[in-house]
Amino acid sequence: MFYVIKRILATIPVMVVVALFVFCIIRLGPGDPASVIAGDYATAEDIQEIRIKLGLADPIPVQMGKWFVQLASGDLGKSYHSNMQVTKLISQRLEPTLLLAVTTILLTVFVAIPLGTLAAYKAGSWVDKFVMIFSVAGFSIPVFVLGYILVYIFAMELRWLPVQGYRSPFEHGFLLFLKHITMPAVTLSVIYIALISRMTRASVVEVLNEDYVRTARAKGQSEFKILLRHALPNAAVPIVTVLGISIALMIGGVVVTESVYNIPGLGRLVLDAVLSRDYGVIQGLILFFSFIYIFINLLIDLSYTLIDPRIRY
Amino acid sequence: MFNILTNVRGQIVGGLTALLMGGMSVFSFAQAGGHESVLRVIPHADLKNLDPIWTTAYISRNHGYLIYDTLFAMDSDFNVQPQMVDTYTKSDDGMNWSFTLRDGLTWHNGDAVTAADCVASLARWGKRDGMGQALMTAMGSMTAVDDKTFTFELAKPFGLVLESIGKISSNVPFMMPASVAATDAFEQITDFTGSGPFMFSKDDWVPGSTVEYTKFDGYNPRSEPASAAAGGKLALVDKVIWTYFPDQMTAMNALQTGEVDFFESPANDLAPLMSANPDITVEVNDPLGNIGFLRFNHVLPPFDNVEIRRAALMAVKQEDYLAAAVGDQAYWSTCYSVFPCGTPMATDIANDIIQVADTDKAKAALTAAGYDGTPVIIMQPTDIPVLSNFSLVTAQKLREAGFTVEVQAMDWSTLTSRRAKRDPVSEGGWNIFHTWWIGADIMNPTSIAFSGNPDAGWFGWPTDPVSEAARTKFFVAGSLAEQQELSSIVQNQAWTNAFSGHLGQFFSPVAYRNNVKGLIKSPVQFFWNISK
Repeated sequence: MFYVIKRILATIPVMVVVALFVFCIIRLGPGDPASVIAGDYATAEDIQEIRIKLGLADPIPVQMGKWFVQLASGDLGKSYHSNMQVTKLISQRLEPTLLLAVTTILLTVFVAIPLGTLAAYKAGSWVDKFVMIFSVAGFSIPVFVLGYILVYIFAMELRWLPVQGYRSPFEHGFLLFLKHITMPAVTLSVIYIALISRMTRASVVEVLNEDYVRTARAKGQSEFKILLRHALPNAAVPIVTVLGISIALMIGGVVVTESVYNIPGLGRLVLDAVLSRDYGVIQGLILFFSFIYIFINLLIDLSYTLIDPRIRY
Repeated sequence: MFNILTNVRGQIVGGLTALLMGGMSVFSFAQAGGHESVLRVIPHADLKNLDPIWTTAYISRNHGYLIYDTLFAMDSDFNVQPQMVDTYTKSDDGMNWSFTLRDGLTWHNGDAVTAADCVASLARWGKRDGMGQALMTAMGSMTAVDDKTFTFELAKPFGLVLESIGKISSNVPFMMPASVAATDAFEQITDFTGSGPFMFSKDDWVPGSTVEYTKFDGYNPRSEPASAAAGGKLALVDKVIWTYFPDQMTAMNALQTGEVDFFESPANDLAPLMSANPDITVEVNDPLGNIGFLRFNHVLPPFDNVEIRRAALMAVKQEDYLAAAVGDQAYWSTCYSVFPCGTPMATDIANDIIQVADTDKAKAALTAAGYDGTPVIIMQPTDIPVLSNFSLVTAQKLREAGFTVEVQAMDWSTLTSRRAKRDPVSEGGWNIFHTWWIGADIMNPTSIAFSGNPDAGWFGWPTDPVSEAARTKFFVAGSLAEQQELSSIVQNQAWTNAFSGHLGQFFSPVAYRNNVKGLIKSPVQFFWNISK
């Protein structure tokens, strides 16, 4: 418990540094939200007036001070464009991204770990080679290419699945959610299946050469039990690490998949905010992502103690 | 952060409850409200701002037309017709106007629309819009006489009273309740109560994704047939839902499978693919289209020299731009008037300069002008394909004519902030950028596109007192003939002094499922009178 509290407290300086860095970097970049808001036909005077109203004409340290005061009261700020609280924008977009990430990871775990384990068990055989070829292909094919291929086959030709959109399981029912999430999750999971299956194979191959596995075989235990009880648990630490990092990366990095399937998630929110120079949203989102990364890393670290009893904090 | 987690936790708990309580609905494909008639639309852009007075963005204007109404409106023959106004009178000298509102006009909250609301709305609009500012400069007083009548007393003559308050494009003088219109014109409104044919609910708005409009049963439409922005606005569907698609291919696929009904602005190169589908109609709905624009920076060398600007215009050819940026000739036409061809102010005066299109003549003119090799910085917005291609055509043509050219790639947001800089190139300045105007916005000299005032004018800052004088007179011109004469002066100055390059007229088609009926031909996309 002391370790957990220490880790949570350690996030505070990290978040402060991230906040400072984000604030400075977006103001050093080109572009100005006021000119985007004013529209194509505004005059320079109109733009300046909007800058003043938005507080963008204040000196940078003043803007920074105001933002930090807001943050201290738990307020991530407002969108310059929609005038909406960043927290509301995030909460609107969190569910699609989170459920896409969870579905993708579930698919990944259920496909990649058996595949990787099988490849390790049959190391050097055609099964192993097939899994590795699939893995290379999975790394190589761009997400948008795979996405369009799936859309063409399953939505345009077979008409089994919708082209686009997201339906909440809580509002629209589980099957409708499943219909909409299947292709995006498959598209997104291919690269993670490729990664995790390789990781699993490498870890399991290493474990299978350990003395305790030889001992288990000598005692006459079945190969299935050896894989399930000895090999996989001991190979789990690196796999869990990569899985955890994958979830964290996915939450902020699914913009292509969200665009191809028109899912209103966090990835698109980031992209829209950057393109329209919506400083408030960019700042709030990056802080939120930082929090997610830190939180997931903490969970990964804590999970080690469950997977490997030798690890203690 | 805690708010987010609380919201999400709330959603999840609520959702799980719904899952448990819903029983069979968990396995149902049916969507709520399945019996409503819903028009599903892919708009041309994401609705980021909800205040059509605060921004000139066209998407905010289109949003405004759904939920607000206007006092007057332009019909398809470019005439201004009463809309919320029932009757109006003006004195013989045009200095005193009286307007009476129609009966039965109510806000979405049920309150009656009053003359005081209209006066307050006009006052706010007059602080932001170019024509509104001109009208307010001439205005002595605006007064709400009673609940339904308001008056204008002009302090000086102004010939475009109805044209101003009946303008069709940004910023449109939408009527808002007086309490809303009291908002500072440079701050966004937070209450979206209108009196238009549809209502907007901010709670259902997901910026970057979805906007829902619900039919306003209390709307009292005019009896005349719809004609552009004028006439009866009949809401023939229960809901209009805009869903923004960042990817054109996905948008096209969704239309093909019937997941959406209407695609407002498909890329021209997707038109043949959609036309091949017998369930889809692809057509041009905006008779005026868009006008390509090459803008010189008049305050920096080399384009501070009029002869060099003219040499540049001699080098370019509209067909090259339109073929490169638009492609299919069904969607473009050359137009050598600075006002859209086919509109009342269009003229041929002095337009020979844009029709030279001869590299050798441009070279000779450039040499004669004393060009010293100063590099020309062209800002290329790579995220807008049409403008990106315009930039590349200009670069190629100017190089062929002997200019030293540097194309600087950037996104549109960067361009919009950089073009406001008058600094030298070494400090972030620029020489050329491209854009387009929708035809409806440059139909007469009042548009800021034709400003010759370097202090208060549009980016590029040409100086031309003759043009400015003609523009000023245009505001008080009484007759069409007088307006056309003044427009000719403005065009003559614009071409002679090479304000900008006009790169031709191009048209963006709309695409829709064949069960969608009743589209209104107009420079602005309206959603009333449409059924499915």
